[in-house]
Amino acid sequence: MTEPSTTRENATSSEQGILLRGITKRFGSHEAVSDVDLEVYRGEFFTMLGPSGSGKTTLLRLIAGFEVPDAGTISLRGVDVTGTPPYQRGVNTVFQDYALFPHFDVARNVAYGLRVRRVKRTEIVARVKTALEMVQMTEFATRRPAQLSGGQRQRVALARAIINEPQVLLLDEPLGALDLKLRQEMQVELKRIQRQIGITFIYVTHDQEEALTMSDRLAVFRSGRIEQIGPPSEVYERPASEYVASFVGTSNVIEVPDGRAVLRPEKIEISNGPRTEGRTYAAGSVIDVAYLGMVTRFSVRLDDGNTMTVARQNSSGGSQINVVAPESRVTLSWDLNDAFPLTSHSVVETQLGVQAKGAI
Amino acid sequence: MRLSRFTRGGFAIFAALVVTFLLGPLLVIVLFAFDKSNVQSLPIRHWTTHWFVVAFNDQAVRSSLWLSVKAGCAATLIALVLGTLVAFGIHRFRFFGRDTVSLMLVLPIALPGIVTGLALQSAFNIAHIDLSIYTIIVGHATFCMVVVFNNVVARLRRTSSSLIEASSDLGARPLQTFRLVTLPMLSTAIIAGALLAFALSFDEVIVTTFTAGAQNTLPLWIFGAIQRGQQLPEVNAVVVFVLILTIVPIAYAARISSGERSFGSAESK
Repeated sequence: MTEPSTTRENATSSEQGILLRGITKRFGSHEAVSDVDLEVYRGEFFTMLGPSGSGKTTLLRLIAGFEVPDAGTISLRGVDVTGTPPYQRGVNTVFQDYALFPHFDVARNVAYGLRVRRVKRTEIVARVKTALEMVQMTEFATRRPAQLSGGQRQRVALARAIINEPQVLLLDEPLGALDLKLRQEMQVELKRIQRQIGITFIYVTHDQEEALTMSDRLAVFRSGRIEQIGPPSEVYERPASEYVASFVGTSNVIEVPDGRAVLRPEKIEISNGPRTEGRTYAAGSVIDVAYLGMVTRFSVRLDDGNTMTVARQNSSGGSQINVVAPESRVTLSWDLNDAFPLTSHSVVETQLGVQAKGAI
Repeated sequence: MRLSRFTRGGFAIFAALVVTFLLGPLLVIVLFAFDKSNVQSLPIRHWTTHWFVVAFNDQAVRSSLWLSVKAGCAATLIALVLGTLVAFGIHRFRFFGRDTVSLMLVLPIALPGIVTGLALQSAFNIAHIDLSIYTIIVGHATFCMVVVFNNVVARLRRTSSSLIEASSDLGARPLQTFRLVTLPMLSTAIIAGALLAFALSFDEVIVTTFTAGAQNTLPLWIFGAIQRGQQLPEVNAVVVFVLILTIVPIAYAARISSGERSFGSAESK
């Protein structure tokens, strides 16, 4: 992504959130972030998605000011902050390990940002109270971090960051250390808080499901570069590359007349009935059936040797599962319109699509 | 680990023997310090605190004690500043020769005292520096610095760097971060290091022998008195005093460095 086509050229500085231009960061000979252009809009929930080592955390640290880029500029609401130290940026971070100060209790942790800025004592007390209420931690104000559970520490870390009313809140895999149930609760909670305070959130995760459910837009990272930016539905439905298709959700790559295309598991039907006009059919045998609760996932080896993953909703009770047993012969069918072609142009097309959407 | 009763009993006896071997001699000295007799032999017939009075009124003891305290405090102060700074430097920065510097720092404590002492004396000679309290302080600071350094660097290694980043992220200037986060996190390590350093300095003999001029520190006075063999009861009294003065800070240092929770969120889970 060397062209700044993902940014709104007509955006004024007041509606601008963060603008990154040509950001490159090297550690020794390793290039962690390579020439990244990115704009995050004001009030947006933006997710940076990618496997570990893809550069998303480094980019977050660059925005926070913990690292200085080797090339490129970072601006915040139209102000260049590339060389500004972290303590002078209107940005706050929720760290992956929470980084709560062990020698302060919850209230003093939350008050820290105001205290170092010499905010008046009475105001600090009031704002700490509000912040703790927002994350429902009021009753724990006098506890030390060591006396809290992971989820509670998470909430304190969040309160400690948002009390400063930053222009942008950076969250570095904030839910990574929590168990599934707590993680889902916190996802809802984070969205609620973000809507309530209207701050721009930049969220780093390697969990594609989290990225899809929470984001207004997301960027998929691959070895220091952004592979695709767009709203979740677009990244999912129209992946720019095989990499994006495989990283975001499960996908099948099929051969179509003019190349290769991505076909999502839920777009494929298992049908042994009469054939309809306009659909593509392929026969094969089921090699694996996995019941996942909401859906059942089938792996089918087609007669041409390819393996396809098919998802079927468990809408009519459990009886359906038994219909298709492992080893049984099935016919798969799909509509070619549901397959999103992977052409060499598709990256550019998606970028243009994002630009069009961004301008709305 | 599950041990049979027999094995456990065996270990208990062995442990008791080791402790007796280590602490028994100290106990003997403490006992003899209260023995009225000039000639030390068991059993003790008459108890007295007379020797403590004698020691207290002995001008030589007093001046050597005062010298020891001054030298110990000064050496500890130097060790505190240098040891902490060096620990920061070694921990924070990667530079050419970092491991060598690390090794050289701990060398004074690894080398035999006689080598350090002799080396210092020669150096002072060559530089035409007269031996005085200042040369004692310099000599002590060499190994006192090591214990401060070791304590602080160990704490720094256990401390998550994201705490410093979090502080900066929340708007604290570097000095505020140092005062509000770094220093509180290191404080117990620094205090423990200082107490150990003082205790080390206070009972040091070998290096002091080479770096002290005409003056005696308390250990040197004890050493001399034992060699002359004329004031043994008084020596016992002084030793008991030194014992208490050394044990208290060491016990306190051990308590504050082990009783607390370690810093850094990775460990506080």
